[in-house]
Amino acid sequence: MRLALRIGRRIGIFAISLVGASLLIFMITKALPGDVAQVLLGIDATPEAVAKLRAELGLDRPLWVQYASWVGGMLVGDFGVSHVFPGQSVLSLIGPRLAVTLWLVGISMVLTLLIALPAGMVAALKRRSWQGVAVSSAAQVGMAIPVFWGGIIAVVVFAVWLRWLPANGYVPLTQDPVQWARHLVLPCLTLAGVQAAVLIRYVRSAFVEVLNEDYYRTARSVGWTPMRALWRHGVRNAAISLVTVLGLQVGSVLVGAIVVESVFALPGLGSLLLTAVNQRDLLVVQGTVMLLVLTVLGISALVDFSYLLIDPRQRTGDRA
Amino acid sequence: MKRFQLVVGLVLVGLVVASAIVSLFWTPFDPIQVDGANRLRPPGWPHLLGTDGFGIDIVSQLLVGARATLLVGIVSVGVSAVVGVPLGMVAGQLGGWLDEVVMRAADIVYAFPALILAMLFASVWGASTVTAMAAIGISTIPAFARVSRAGALQVVASDFVLAARVSGTSRLGIAVRHVGPNIAPVVGVQASVVFALAILAEAALSYLGLGTPRSVPTWGNMLRQAQDQLFTAPLQSVWPGLAIALAVLGFNLLGDGLRDYLDPRLREVQ
Repeated sequence: MRLALRIGRRIGIFAISLVGASLLIFMITKALPGDVAQVLLGIDATPEAVAKLRAELGLDRPLWVQYASWVGGMLVGDFGVSHVFPGQSVLSLIGPRLAVTLWLVGISMVLTLLIALPAGMVAALKRRSWQGVAVSSAAQVGMAIPVFWGGIIAVVVFAVWLRWLPANGYVPLTQDPVQWARHLVLPCLTLAGVQAAVLIRYVRSAFVEVLNEDYYRTARSVGWTPMRALWRHGVRNAAISLVTVLGLQVGSVLVGAIVVESVFALPGLGSLLLTAVNQRDLLVVQGTVMLLVLTVLGISALVDFSYLLIDPRQRTGDRA
Repeated sequence: MKRFQLVVGLVLVGLVVASAIVSLFWTPFDPIQVDGANRLRPPGWPHLLGTDGFGIDIVSQLLVGARATLLVGIVSVGVSAVVGVPLGMVAGQLGGWLDEVVMRAADIVYAFPALILAMLFASVWGASTVTAMAAIGISTIPAFARVSRAGALQVVASDFVLAARVSGTSRLGIAVRHVGPNIAPVVGVQASVVFALAILAEAALSYLGLGTPRSVPTWGNMLRQAQDQLFTAPLQSVWPGLAIALAVLGFNLLGDGLRDYLDPRLREVQ
């Protein structure tokens, strides 16, 4: 019963956060000096033309009606129509670009874990010898590298000097899988490298904590190797803090993806957003930002639910 | 080792500050004036790191770029701390529904990374240094609110606060005399770490054209410009990135070093 209450409460918080976030986005876009119609038509436009466009866009309605129709539309999958790409709905613009961003983010996340988990475990187990210090120092330096600079340097080395991989651009998977993969290698490695540097620190301290626990010492004292003891007892215990950190990193992964798309000229959500921002295509900006924020808030809710899976103590309701 | 971090951090941060100050009075060459005769000079003398595609001296631009980095960092982190710390203290000290409201609001703002907010602002007001500072400042408020709240909760539960309350000190008095001084070290460490994030965000924003206008030399703007010459002058893209990385590393090391120096109890489990 208490478990159901807890899940219900978390879903409630998620819903309230979504309302708060959508209000925030809506209010910022309504703070526009003048209004969209004026901006789109330029200062030379006749008042009649502005009034006509205002009516077309529904800007002459009260604010709360505008908000309700925006949110109501999104709930049934209607994010509105772009001003700048004539006749295109916001969703039809997002759709094909979402695939590019999802590939980039998905592959990068997997690579991040493949780098950070072993490296962090080494940093924890060998923390008093040079290997551990080397991993920690590399992570500290990696954290300071701006993702777009990492991308530029990767292009200089692998595309300009070695000529192994293309410098930028994208080929859809359905068109040519080999070219698709070749175009994604550098962007994914760049994003994963920077994210892994941040994650290694947390993996290290999560496992260092396990190394100080009694159950680990007991396992070692009955003759288990450090790796076996860590694997059997450490991973699940470290998982709670790691899942938390991964959840908190979702925002920075999405932002990193937007920047990386710009470096490598990938036609994803980031490039759509940048175009829309520069052209003042507000409904596209609002819709895409809402989608990104929804992702961050959704993952944070999922992270909370995952605690119930990882840690049986939390299922009984008395919090450990 | 820990002492070493603090020293290296201080030196790197000092270098950035010194560059910004020196650039106010002197740069080797004009950091803005286009010089068509001197385009894309390789490193050497008198242009130590060469010139960019407009013939502008790289060293001079790097020095001036330190200004934008520090300005955006100081203003955004300042605004963020001034709003976030009192909010977190109030939430932690008073608790109850107020705490709940503040922390839920912080969670919502946390879902808007600096870049996303900057894009929203730029689509409404047009991109500028001010929108970049506002975006970075607002997006980092939750970080300050959370550490201040956690610190306040700890302090409020202590015996000396109980004693102060029994002796009739008001809530405000407790906040000023006990909570404030006790959470100051944590807030200082947080400020250093957030400063590093602000430098990264500022660089990314000007690289994307969402911050300081192209005409002003910033490290992010220099990188965007260098990217056009990637095949002819790849070295161009090394220097500004190196400057950003060293500045960020400096503030991160300073934060780590300060944490151990100010409060051994916060030391990472060894």
